[in-house]
Amino acid sequence: MTKDETKKLVLEIIADIAPDEDISNLKGDVRLRDQMQLDSMDFLDIVMELRKRHNIEVPEADYMELATLDSCAAYLAPKFAALGK
Amino acid sequence: MSFKPARIVITGVGLTAPNGNTLAEFRRNLLNGVAGIEKIDVRYMGECLAGVCHYDPLKYQKKKELRVGTRAGSISIYCAREAVADSGVNFEGFAKDRIGIYVGTTEHGNVETENEIYAISKFGYDTKYWSHYHNPRTVSNNPAGEVSLNLGITGPAYTIGAACAAGNMGLIHATQMLRLGEVDMAICGGVSESIHTFGIYAGFKSQNALATHADPKKASRPFDRDRNGIVISEGGALYTLERLGDAVARGAKIYGEIAGYCVNSDASDYVLPNPGRQAECVRKALGVAGLAPKDIHIVNTHATATPMGDIQECEAIRAVFGEGCPDTYINNTKSYIGHCMGAAGALELAGNLPSFDDLVVHPTINVDNLDPQCALPGLVLNTPKKVGRVDAILNNSFGMLGINSTLIVKRFVP
Repeated sequence: MTKDETKKLVLEIIADIAPDEDISNLKGDVRLRDQMQLDSMDFLDIVMELRKRHNIEVPEADYMELATLDSCAAYLAPKFAALGK
Repeated sequence: MSFKPARIVITGVGLTAPNGNTLAEFRRNLLNGVAGIEKIDVRYMGECLAGVCHYDPLKYQKKKELRVGTRAGSISIYCAREAVADSGVNFEGFAKDRIGIYVGTTEHGNVETENEIYAISKFGYDTKYWSHYHNPRTVSNNPAGEVSLNLGITGPAYTIGAACAAGNMGLIHATQMLRLGEVDMAICGGVSESIHTFGIYAGFKSQNALATHADPKKASRPFDRDRNGIVISEGGALYTLERLGDAVARGAKIYGEIAGYCVNSDASDYVLPNPGRQAECVRKALGVAGLAPKDIHIVNTHATATPMGDIQECEAIRAVFGEGCPDTYINNTKSYIGHCMGAAGALELAGNLPSFDDLVVHPTINVDNLDPQCALPGLVLNTPKKVGRVDAILNNSFGMLGINSTLIVKRFVP
């Protein structure tokens, strides 16, 4: 799975947990929290949905890796690859 | 020196019922005999009857609030916002720490817990899939807390757990808090999301207390000889209450004045009502109001259409109003909307408040064959009754574990 494909999957999750937000122009290198209303519970939603939808675990120590779309892609792409995706 | 409590008045009403999302629509349907019961699919149980509310949740909430919050919270927000708007108060200018939110609930947390157990059942019951929202959704204060979040109210916000007496309890507690000077405005009443929990359905079914009927709109039929149980419903009714002086000072419209109330306990059985204690509750409320039974023009019954419960309440009402009350009329609102549980008392009061103005008593519908044991004098059956005067409404709400509440609202006279 490419980083762009990984970003797309993350955006699908974000679209569901922040349904009032326009996410069409999120910048990849800016913290998600700085671009949209995203609180700590929403962040836990991203972690939960990665677990539910894609069987990917994000340990608490790695939460910072999900700060931006670019960092999400960099962190998650190898995890998807490890699952053969 | 005697203590003279402040006079408390109703200045706003917000509601959603299975047959109406405003007081005007609700009242119109009560006078036109329009019930609001339908068939729904209940998890593990299949098709069941329910009173479902069809308000627009997006009128006052964002999609994210709906995703994170609860149905009870959403109903509370809708009702609270409608009540505040109806009150005409300058909400923006009102001190938010001087507003109290007191929401009666029969139960809370069953829906959310069942949903989570169902959700993790799809993952082999692995609890790592259990939602981090479970606790904020299931804490008892959730419905009131969601109102405080939505409206930015920073005063006390909590629920009153009182089984199916809870709707009245919201108003009673608010009256007490206003009289104590704890708050300057109360948003109060009751809500229910109970149709979304299979446990309530299964519990009533195991108790042989769940109504069945080929025609959903005929299913809730208190006082009918062939009644066979409760129709479970969701709903909500929240009011704005204020001290009379404050309401008059701002030129508020006044629906009625809290005249008296009583809350007591049967201390006799988990589920079977106690007519002696119910009659005592009614008499004590009359005493607080300084009214005689004959001064009450509408008695809105709690009767839920269980075979025994209706008879027990009728026995209590007969004991108080059976003689010497030629102008007392008796009705029941559950025959239209089913049993709205924590919202029941508050919604049923709302349905009768317009009687102060239109002098019409809405009937109890679906009574094809009146049970002789429920044949109370003054019972208004199937068609509305125009009456000479309506100066006082007495509203009964009773609940499991033997909690009784009676609330009396009288016509406002300066």
